[in-house]
Amino acid sequence: MPIQYYIFLCLGLFSIGMVGVLTRRNAIIVFMCIELMLNAVNLLLVAFSKMYHAIGLQTQAGSLAGIDAQIFVFFIMVVAAAEVSVGLAIIVMMYRNVHSVDINFLNRLKN
Amino acid sequence: MSTLEILFFALSAFALVSAIMVLVSKNPIHSVLWLILVFFAISGHYVLLNAQFLAIVNIIVYAGAIMVLFLFVIMLMNVKEDKEPQKKLWVKLVGVVAGGSFLLLLVALVKQTTQIEGKQVLLKDGVIGLIHPLGQVLFNDFVVPFEISSVLFLSAMVGAVIIGKK
Repeated sequence: MPIQYYIFLCLGLFSIGMVGVLTRRNAIIVFMCIELMLNAVNLLLVAFSKMYHAIGLQTQAGSLAGIDAQIFVFFIMVVAAAEVSVGLAIIVMMYRNVHSVDINFLNRLKN
Repeated sequence: MSTLEILFFALSAFALVSAIMVLVSKNPIHSVLWLILVFFAISGHYVLLNAQFLAIVNIIVYAGAIMVLFLFVIMLMNVKEDKEPQKKLWVKLVGVVAGGSFLLLLVALVKQTTQIEGKQVLLKDGVIGLIHPLGQVLFNDFVVPFEISSVLFLSAMVGAVIIGKK
């Protein structure tokens, strides 16, 4: 499978997430779109790791080239889980204060 | 077309359509359910790439834990679909145009790049996605980041509790 197909797929997913962040006003949906963008990047990292693995196997049999990217994806998932817990706590706090999850209310943070 | 190609294109179409449905749905709960379908499609891609560990972790962490957290928060808030304020039409249009031109720019860029021409992704072969080599590398070369991530989790947990208690 050519690497370009994976790049195009991940670009599509990333752009859909970006459009969601730009067009929706519900803070939870915006947050979900950020998760979608993170996942697109993860998929691209795994695809590139398998590409480098194919190159590494051609030069040396039994090589583990490209395994770092999969460890990296694992750590991205760890950070995403921590980020979601804190982010949702912030959204819940915002809902308690203004009784809405509309991100337009967030500009009142400066006062 | 081989079976792998058919699977790849089917999973890709499934992921893209579900991702679009996340944006189009008016009800936030439907958005969450569509996003879970996207994550399952991405897990299918991981299986196709023989990244078995990441496929399982993706299902357990994303579809299992994170999306359930989202569902809980949405149900706690009782967000009604008719109450959700919509952005103005021209703002939405500008967002779609911005995302579309971003996509167009990067697709044109990738099409011109010569370094990745003819490079193939290894499907279904290769051992780097299996648990044994991944565990070996994770607990030998990456053991310090692994331990630091537990501190990160602890601080995130403390932060979430403190923010939620106020």
